[in-house]
Amino acid sequence: MSAAAFIVIAIFMLAGAVAAATMPRLIHAALSLVVAFIGIAAFYFLLGAEFVGLVQIFVYVGAVAVLIVFTILLTRRDQENTSGFNWGGAVVAIAVFSSLVWAILHTRVSEAAPQIDPLTVKRIGEVLMTNYVWPLQCVGLLLTAALIGALILVAEEKR
Amino acid sequence: MPGEFVDQIFVAAKRWILSLLSHAPDWIVQIASALLNIILLLTFFATLFALLSVLERKILGRIQNRYGPNRVGPFGLLQPLADGIKLLIKEDVVPIRADKVVHFLAPIMMLLPAILALGVIPYGRNMTAFSIDGGILFFFAVGSAAELAVFMAGWGSNNKFSMLGAMRAIAQMISYELPLLIVVLPVVMIVGSLSADAIVAAQEGYKWGIVPRWFVFTPWGAAAFILFFVAGLVESNRTPFDVPEGESEIVAGHMTEYSGFKYATFFMAEYFGMFAVSGLAVTLFLGGWHTPIAWLEFVPSYLWFFAKLAVLLFVFIWIRGTLPRTRIDQVMSFAWKFMLPMAFTCIIAAAVWHYQAHGWAGWLSSFAVVAVVYFALSRFLDTRRKFATRTYRFAE
Repeated sequence: MSAAAFIVIAIFMLAGAVAAATMPRLIHAALSLVVAFIGIAAFYFLLGAEFVGLVQIFVYVGAVAVLIVFTILLTRRDQENTSGFNWGGAVVAIAVFSSLVWAILHTRVSEAAPQIDPLTVKRIGEVLMTNYVWPLQCVGLLLTAALIGALILVAEEKR
Repeated sequence: MPGEFVDQIFVAAKRWILSLLSHAPDWIVQIASALLNIILLLTFFATLFALLSVLERKILGRIQNRYGPNRVGPFGLLQPLADGIKLLIKEDVVPIRADKVVHFLAPIMMLLPAILALGVIPYGRNMTAFSIDGGILFFFAVGSAAELAVFMAGWGSNNKFSMLGAMRAIAQMISYELPLLIVVLPVVMIVGSLSADAIVAAQEGYKWGIVPRWFVFTPWGAAAFILFFVAGLVESNRTPFDVPEGESEIVAGHMTEYSGFKYATFFMAEYFGMFAVSGLAVTLFLGGWHTPIAWLEFVPSYLWFFAKLAVLLFVFIWIRGTLPRTRIDQVMSFAWKFMLPMAFTCIIAAAVWHYQAHGWAGWLSSFAVVAVVYFALSRFLDTRRKFATRTYRFAE
């Protein structure tokens, strides 16, 4: 069951990713990237990490995708085809991929992973509020600063 | 016990159907179970959508002192059937410069999150289609995908009105998603769970034997419920917040270039969104499927859920019939200047209530927190201009 699901999701996700890399119009590429994001979320669900999967949909489909789409819309004057193959991008992609494969192949796989309790939202919350409370506060401060900065950038100047 | 049997009749029916498959492998049973849930949800809510569309026109007619649809079938009840056939056989016009694929996918992408969101709502005792640990989070996660669908509709149509409408829709949906999420937080914090079933379970029983323990009967809960309802109105693009499709300014917003059944799909998505938001409001604040009065326990739980849902849907229609459309700048400043601070106040008020053992003192101090912030905000945000006394000059 889970093997079949894995294959279906993997095909779905790879199709999205390939489309995102090859589509001539940028908006189409961005929308195909969303398919890949949803595929990643589906993987998290398949692996039993519900919370991470939900956050993946929330953040990437709900926010990052909208951000990308708007960035394309507001910065590109020409919405025409961007043709031509980007060799630099391909080299970087192959380099990253091969180093990842190298790292995975050289990782010593210990025998069976220890059995852990299912990761519930409650446990994540507890850990975030106890062990990792300072990193959490720092992220909160950073985001607040970013929000205020954005507001100052767009605020009308008072006469 | 007959009451319990009627209450669990759908659960029992599903179990019986699945028992026919007892010899099949595990994964077939799983898929069959999921399919049963999906089919039931879809048929039920599609029927409810058809009924509500005619009911809405009837109620609006009543409000505006006219009849509303009354030709097709008894009391015009078969009107949705006629509308459906009309929309199906209508010509599907796609603009020549439109992005065909995106234009085609947008209505589907619009309907999909609304249907998915319906899955996590508990409709009755043991009647949650998709019961997961982070149900409430799931609801908002899939709901956030609707913004992308609106963008696809606006951009794919290649029309300035569509794009303007989509921009407005996305702006207001993003702005109101914040208060919508934050007013859910106090409930989640008090219950200590993101699962819809746990939230309903926490609202069981009666205080002093009469008042149900629904969160709407606490000061923070009442404030959060009203905020949630207003934000829900915006999220489903209903009047008075239907600026994205403001007919008087931008034709029909992101739906301008849609005709025939694609337009109907948008319409359906709007209604399904309404069902989802009202259903979640019932779950979070109105006690889900719990009975309001103790001696009416024999009435099946799902009937209570749908009774509450019907009341909320009626309020949606009522508001549409009575309030004029707001301006886009008013909508936006209302979100950031009023809704957001009030939403944060709800969290503090809930904390005050919680740490005074849910008693009288907590009720009063929680009420005080909400009231103080409300009046301070309304003083602070009062931008009413002071006009000089008007003097009239008439021709002599």
